[in-house]
Amino acid sequence: MSTSSETKPELRTVDRAPSSPRGTRLTLHATTLGRPHAPVLADVDLDIARGEILTVVGPSGCGKSTLLRSLAGLLPPLAGEIDQDGHRLAGPSAERALIFQEDALLPWRTLRANVELPLAIRRVPRSRRRVEAEEWLTRVGLADHASQLPHRVSGGQRQRAQLARALAGHPRAVLMDEPFGALDAQTRAGMQDLLVEVLRGTGATVVFVTHDVDEALFLGDRVALLGAGRLLAVRDVPHPRERTAHDDAARVALRRDVLTSLGT
Amino acid sequence: MSRPAPRTGRNRRPFKPIGRYALRVGAVAAALGLWQLLTVLDVDLWLRFSQFPTVTDVADAFADRLSGADYWRDLTDSLTRIVTGFLLAAVLGVAVGVLVARSRPAEDLLGPLLEMVRPIPAIALVPVAILLFPSNEQGIVFITFTAAFFPVLVSTRHSVRALIPVWEEAVLTMGGGRWHILGSVVLPGALPGIFGGLSVGIGVSWICVISAEMISGQYGVGYRTWQDYTIVYYPGVFVGMVTIGALGWLTSTAVELVGRRLTRWLPRTSYIPAARPTTPRTPAHARRAPAAVRTAQPSDTEEARDEHLV
Repeated sequence: MSTSSETKPELRTVDRAPSSPRGTRLTLHATTLGRPHAPVLADVDLDIARGEILTVVGPSGCGKSTLLRSLAGLLPPLAGEIDQDGHRLAGPSAERALIFQEDALLPWRTLRANVELPLAIRRVPRSRRRVEAEEWLTRVGLADHASQLPHRVSGGQRQRAQLARALAGHPRAVLMDEPFGALDAQTRAGMQDLLVEVLRGTGATVVFVTHDVDEALFLGDRVALLGAGRLLAVRDVPHPRERTAHDDAARVALRRDVLTSLGT
Repeated sequence: MSRPAPRTGRNRRPFKPIGRYALRVGAVAAALGLWQLLTVLDVDLWLRFSQFPTVTDVADAFADRLSGADYWRDLTDSLTRIVTGFLLAAVLGVAVGVLVARSRPAEDLLGPLLEMVRPIPAIALVPVAILLFPSNEQGIVFITFTAAFFPVLVSTRHSVRALIPVWEEAVLTMGGGRWHILGSVVLPGALPGIFGGLSVGIGVSWICVISAEMISGQYGVGYRTWQDYTIVYYPGVFVGMVTIGALGWLTSTAVELVGRRLTRWLPRTSYIPAARPTTPRTPAHARRAPAAVRTAQPSDTEEARDEHLV
């Protein structure tokens, strides 16, 4: 999967996008999050800057997915307020795409038809839809699998198709819920590189939930730590998205800190 | 990295297709042979075959009927009734099933009513049909409709409720509204379950259309069969039975074929009964456990549903 060669058409499509301010700022003001009568996270204050990649780590069951679904607008906050660029969130919207851990592609649609779905919802004409979907699939290295059904391709390919589908709708924020959690380590590293590659130029704000600290430190400009029903800390990551920075002293120190505060 | 085309169950079974067809034809021939033998010899061993028409009697009667106009009139009348009733049941059953599964007010409003009417056998509604409808014809269609309506309704409701929420959330975060969710998630996702209900429904419909014709028909295979019985013309009764069997087989095969075509996206194994307990699935690579679990699910739930309804 050689994606570097596909970077150029990507820039072209992105520039063509009508609304120029790509990223979006998401702010949580003293929010309590969770399902009605079952709060999972309390007192969350978080300001996610336009165009940044914020990774969220924490033990399982700590409310990472709840945070993400709240930002998507699927779960209204139980208290406090969530704002997008200063306006209160009112339900889910195409501006904030959600990528799930697995099996979120519609199994009766081919990969191409899955990627076409957000375009169809945006009422893009049929012929344009097809062209754009093919472009996105090419960008994630799935051009040859466009007419396959999801269960016919590997887990990694399904996640790449999900990525293409989410980005095809030109969202201003991409919310990712452990998207590589079910993949093996090698595929995972490849997917991380692909993600960085594909996101470059979209300018979208990214909130990336993971339970893998190394993944969080590689991808994030900042990393948010969740635990014990609270937001524990938000830390800046030195040298984000540089594989070589893995042994960097500041990064090693941060990694130790993160692991300590997560209690592992 | 793409998986090889999956082997169909057929290739993994001990018999080659031609052998399997021979076996099927042979089984039917053996049953007919036994019938002929028992009746020609007038066997009376607790079960009494002395009054029973022989296979050749039935075949003669059948040939007779085929050349007359009434047979075809009966056939088309019965088919018209069942197709009308069944299509109405399919459309309304799916619509009401989706409504009840997706809307709480609809569930509260319709749920108790539907649950009250559901246990009443459709054929017990004959008096109601006679009171309600100006003609027998409409009454029979009504009974056929009621018979198929509930299996379709119940299976639609179950399969809509069983849809995984992730699909809906994905469409919501693409900016899709309720019609997008209905058209691109709910209906296609529930389709395998809906067809389970349709298959059961067409079977129950036949039972009811034949019974209703026996009670109050004018023309129709059921009416003819009952007529022949009242004039003690047994070969005619058997011709009726064979006709009902053939028509039933034809219509349920049609439903099955349409269902398979519309749910081709389902991972193949769900349609191969033999693949369930005995043969392990071969190309297991590149398929993770959760996907496999979901694959097995539709056939299992459908089976349970069928048992419940018949």
